[in-house]
Amino acid sequence: MPEPLLDVRGVTLQYRTKDRLVTATYRVSFRVFQSDRFVILGPSGCGKSTLLKSVGGYLDPVEGEIRLGGEVIRKPGPDRVMVFQEFDQLLPWKTVKENVMFALTASRRLSGKAAEDRAMQYIEKVNLASFANSLPHTLSGGMKQRVAIARGMAMEPAILLMDEPFAALDALTRTKMQEELLQLWQDTRFTVLFVTHSIPEAVRIGNRILLLSPHPGQVKAELNSTGRDDLGNGAKLSQRIHDLLFGATQPENVHHD
Amino acid sequence: MTDQRAQAERPEFVSELQTDFGVVEKPLTTWEKVYNNPTVRKTALLAALAILWELYARKVDNPLLFPTFSATVAALWQGIASGVIPQRTFFSMKVLLQGYFAGLVLAGMLTALATATRIGTDLLETLSSMLNPLPAIALLPLAVLWFGLGNGSLIFVLIHAVLWAVALNTHAGFRSVSQTLRMVGRNYGLSGPRYVGLILIPAAFPQILTGLKIGWAFAWRTLIAAELVFGVSQGSGGLGWYIFENKNLLETANVFGGLFTVILIGLAVDNLIFRNIERKTVNKWGMQT
Repeated sequence: MPEPLLDVRGVTLQYRTKDRLVTATYRVSFRVFQSDRFVILGPSGCGKSTLLKSVGGYLDPVEGEIRLGGEVIRKPGPDRVMVFQEFDQLLPWKTVKENVMFALTASRRLSGKAAEDRAMQYIEKVNLASFANSLPHTLSGGMKQRVAIARGMAMEPAILLMDEPFAALDALTRTKMQEELLQLWQDTRFTVLFVTHSIPEAVRIGNRILLLSPHPGQVKAELNSTGRDDLGNGAKLSQRIHDLLFGATQPENVHHD
Repeated sequence: MTDQRAQAERPEFVSELQTDFGVVEKPLTTWEKVYNNPTVRKTALLAALAILWELYARKVDNPLLFPTFSATVAALWQGIASGVIPQRTFFSMKVLLQGYFAGLVLAGMLTALATATRIGTDLLETLSSMLNPLPAIALLPLAVLWFGLGNGSLIFVLIHAVLWAVALNTHAGFRSVSQTLRMVGRNYGLSGPRYVGLILIPAAFPQILTGLKIGWAFAWRTLIAAELVFGVSQGSGGLGWYIFENKNLLETANVFGGLFTVILIGLAVDNLIFRNIERKTVNKWGMQT
């Protein structure tokens, strides 16, 4: 077994709201290896987004530790780029190309022509070359998310953190974006930690799926996925996940998104 | 059963699309285009008001109380041609810009403090809620005591007029920057002044611009009012002093000319400077329509 890229060990996360202290996750452990498409799946309230923010360095664990390449994560940094669900993650005063270049120059990775070339290379990868000089407010939701993904990938981070990046898109666009993401992964084999509440999305995107139970989030199971919702004996992976999360009931209230 | 019946009652069909309809697109008539232009409509309104003024003033026929529009325009033209109005305007603008930019610098410092520390936020909120409702002109007697009759007093009241509006708006703008954008900024390793310059200021620019506009309007009004109050004892005065002086000489047309100049400068700054900044920034970025 090689060394894991990301090692999350017994992490308990808490955050304060105005009148209470909320435990988001309780002693969660998992390990992500190079080129994994690691999906964290769970219902609302399982702390999956909080967990991702903690990997991003925005929130310190109250117990346990998170190591990336052996180093403990203490603050946000350009080696872990976040892609958010919200469309306003793009800077509205910069064009598509400038948004991608901004990531490279702000983090002092590249500057000038080198930054521009790298930016265009990744904008072409997400098929937005003809919109390179458009401002974000003129783009559709799916295009904005593609820019955010290009911006994240252009940084060539150790790990890409995606927080339900397709949740605010319509069903057709979402399916297309999932295909595109898998295609990009085929090209570059980046490591991605992907948070979602949708079972079909987890099954399609992930090669490894971590199931979290809610209130507070605890590890329920860790499963492999081939991307083809099929366990070989006629059973479906999505059904198995559903049973694990909600108990063995009829799949009438599965999230179909 | 019901399905079959419904199918019998509602047969399916596919229809051919027509191609010979009348108008798809038709250019508007010249009159419609002209009327759709807001500048044309507003100019027409102004012309109508000027005609009403002229007619009423001729009926009153008392140039001391109410000069005609044409006499006012003539007085304004003469004032400009003789160089008196440009010189007074220059004097007013010089003081105004000094006060305005001093106010901006102080507002920037106060906002920086408020953004960096919680006690700074409290300071800004307390001071601005106390001092913002206080008309700048009410501080003039105090300013005269402290700084004497001169530009020092004028600049003091101008700073008061600008500072709170700009600081409050900038601070509110910073606070309304979305959590996502803040996280994006920190993700790429931005902190301190780079974070403020590259994320907070552009993201809060709509509110900052509003603050700059309000501050400008306050400053301009305050200056004219302050000059009216004590411009009298100054050797050379600005536009407010020009208005006051001509009132004393009963040159009412010149008083109107001075007021006209004040209005024109206010309009010019708003429409030429601020409107253009708006168009090139927040409008273009889709942050404000």
